[in-house]
Amino acid sequence: MRIVDFFLIILGLLVLFTALSVVVLSLTWLERKFLGRLQRRLGPNRTGPMGLLQPVADAVKLVLKEDILPSSADRAIFWVAPLVVLVPSFMLWVTIPAAENLVLRNVDMGLFYIIAFSVITILGLVLAGWGSANKYGILGGLRSSAQLISYEIPVIMVVIAVAMMAQSLNLIHITNFQLPGIQSITPETARLEAGIQNVPFAVLQPLGMVIFLIAGLAEVGRTPFDIYFAESEIVGGPFVEYSGAHWSVFFLAEYMNTFIIAALTALLFLGGWHGPFNPTSPQWLESLVGVVWFLVKTYFVILVIFWIRGTFPRLRIDQLMAFAWQVVVPLSFANILITGVFMYYGWPWWSLTLMSLTLSSVIGYLIYKHVTAPARKVAEVYNRRRMIERQPRRQAGRQSSGPSAGPEEAVSGG
Amino acid sequence: MPVDFDFRWAAIIVSGIIGFIAIAIMFGASMFISSRRRSEIKLTSYECGIEAAPFRWSQINIRYYIFAILFLIFDVEAVFLFPWAVIFIGNKIAFYAMLIFLAVLGFAILYGWRKGVLQWSK
Amino acid sequence: MAFQEVIFWVLAVSSVAAALGVVLLRDIFRAALLLVVVFLAVAGFFVMMNAEFLAVVQVLIYAGAIAILIIFAIMLTREVQQGNLPNRLQPAAVLFPVLLLAALVFVAVDTDWNLLQDQSRELQDNVEVVQTHTIGGIPDEMRGDIPGSDRSGLGELLINDFVLPFEIASMLLLAAIIGALVLVRER
Repeated sequence: MRIVDFFLIILGLLVLFTALSVVVLSLTWLERKFLGRLQRRLGPNRTGPMGLLQPVADAVKLVLKEDILPSSADRAIFWVAPLVVLVPSFMLWVTIPAAENLVLRNVDMGLFYIIAFSVITILGLVLAGWGSANKYGILGGLRSSAQLISYEIPVIMVVIAVAMMAQSLNLIHITNFQLPGIQSITPETARLEAGIQNVPFAVLQPLGMVIFLIAGLAEVGRTPFDIYFAESEIVGGPFVEYSGAHWSVFFLAEYMNTFIIAALTALLFLGGWHGPFNPTSPQWLESLVGVVWFLVKTYFVILVIFWIRGTFPRLRIDQLMAFAWQVVVPLSFANILITGVFMYYGWPWWSLTLMSLTLSSVIGYLIYKHVTAPARKVAEVYNRRRMIERQPRRQAGRQSSGPSAGPEEAVSGG
Repeated sequence: MPVDFDFRWAAIIVSGIIGFIAIAIMFGASMFISSRRRSEIKLTSYECGIEAAPFRWSQINIRYYIFAILFLIFDVEAVFLFPWAVIFIGNKIAFYAMLIFLAVLGFAILYGWRKGVLQWSK
Repeated sequence: MAFQEVIFWVLAVSSVAAALGVVLLRDIFRAALLLVVVFLAVAGFFVMMNAEFLAVVQVLIYAGAIAILIIFAIMLTREVQQGNLPNRLQPAAVLFPVLLLAALVFVAVDTDWNLLQDQSRELQDNVEVVQTHTIGGIPDEMRGDIPGSDRSGLGELLINDFVLPFEIASMLLLAAIIGALVLVRER
């Protein structure tokens, strides 16, 4: 390894870091604008054309804000926690390809590496909670770790199913495998010609994509799964004591992780940098078009994530854990099972799609039941009250106090 | 040198270091230019307006620990699954061995489900 | 000095220093954190020995899962701020590390380290040996040249030669799950 290589690596990393910062800035703008449109608001519109300079203003504000270290906090742990959250997600980006030739370092077992390093983030959240020595902080830290470790398992299982289909853990191979027209990439996959079709895996494994998106949302704590830093409940959870630059690092990490989830969805299930118009002759043009396709797909997934944020209410911690262990984890195992059987016996490709769709409808039904449960409960209470009121009143006094309207159970957190 | 491992992982290790340094620079810059007016009240931990009380550790529930153990076990399982996933095609032993493996662990999950451990609150 | 040697010494010094911190610090939470640093440094060593799969396993299992387990255990413990109280197990606590140290020193002295070096030189030449240590741990450039190089050696070994230990491992995990569940279930 020569010294020139070393400087090339550092240069590449700096470029990557800058690009990621720009992406995060664009994401904050996009989220506020898109959410605004969903809620019939304008979103940011004062700073610059269409509010485009809003993220810059936010960044300046965050850096200028006072960085408070509470007197009861554990100083070292408090300082190191944001780093433990951010640095792994930066290290993940080193291995994620944006186009076939555009990756800083392609790791041959990229998927496994990504899984392993994303686990370290959990540790950072627990540290943040513990370091700030605050009730809400520790509750939030514990809840976040419980949530993240529960949803890490479905992510792993789905990723394994994808690796089974592509017979590789290398992100570039997996993405190339989804390009229609490629016969086979490896000797192993040559055997599959009977069964598997080179189409984006979203077609073959809709269930896998759904689980990956749901669990991915939980991994980054996007809205239906943001109980661990719920502002109205535990006032920001692990981040309650953080302000200024330290807080902005958590913020940065959250958006970077969201972008990772979206990018992985695009790479694993939507065919990554492949698209209908893909010139192959000059290499730079191929890379450029590839990156454009990759970004289009990634931003599409991100818009879906924002859309989900604008639509779904927040889950309680018990609902969230029950959903993880009783719905998502078993279904992710079923996903592995059907993929394995399908590939081993070389069934036609639509059979996997069919099985997968059947199982996804199970998830859809359960989500529907969960989301409408409060409304149904209200209706039930309402009907019961009407039944009681229709009966002749024997004890007038008891009735007048009135049952409390809220059907909500007591929140049973940590 | 015994093994020239071409340092495929150098970029990854260095990326960790660079991320660390970049964030440290950001913290430093922020400390340098941000406003700074300390007071005793401001430095107390946040308690929604009431007076801060020390946190009691014993209030933390054991179920967090259980989920951590479950996570560890599934992680170990994933370590077995990853090498298997890339080779199982056309390998009869591999396929059935993993079926047995998954069945054994599925039994464990069913057991936990029956005992009601997988719910957060009973 | 070669770049790798620099990395090696950084890893060595940091892992030993962190390990000392684990043993000597009174604050048990920080000791646990330093343990994570040790795990990561060991993962670095695995990378240096071309065992990339093991390195990632080390990060996933030890720096991820085990670290969270340990931190939860600390948080569950009452009066964690007071540190360890002295108790009657001190002689045993001295005895076992001494025995362990003796065993380690014996192994370190007894092993013919030159042999290992030869093997690793062989690794460099013979890519097929490398396969048995990694999941398809072959650089992309060489993939096309070697027939069957995508077959990942570790998986083949696991399934073909070590099926029985593999299944026994599943029983072990089953026992661990049931043990954990019994722990909570009753109170």
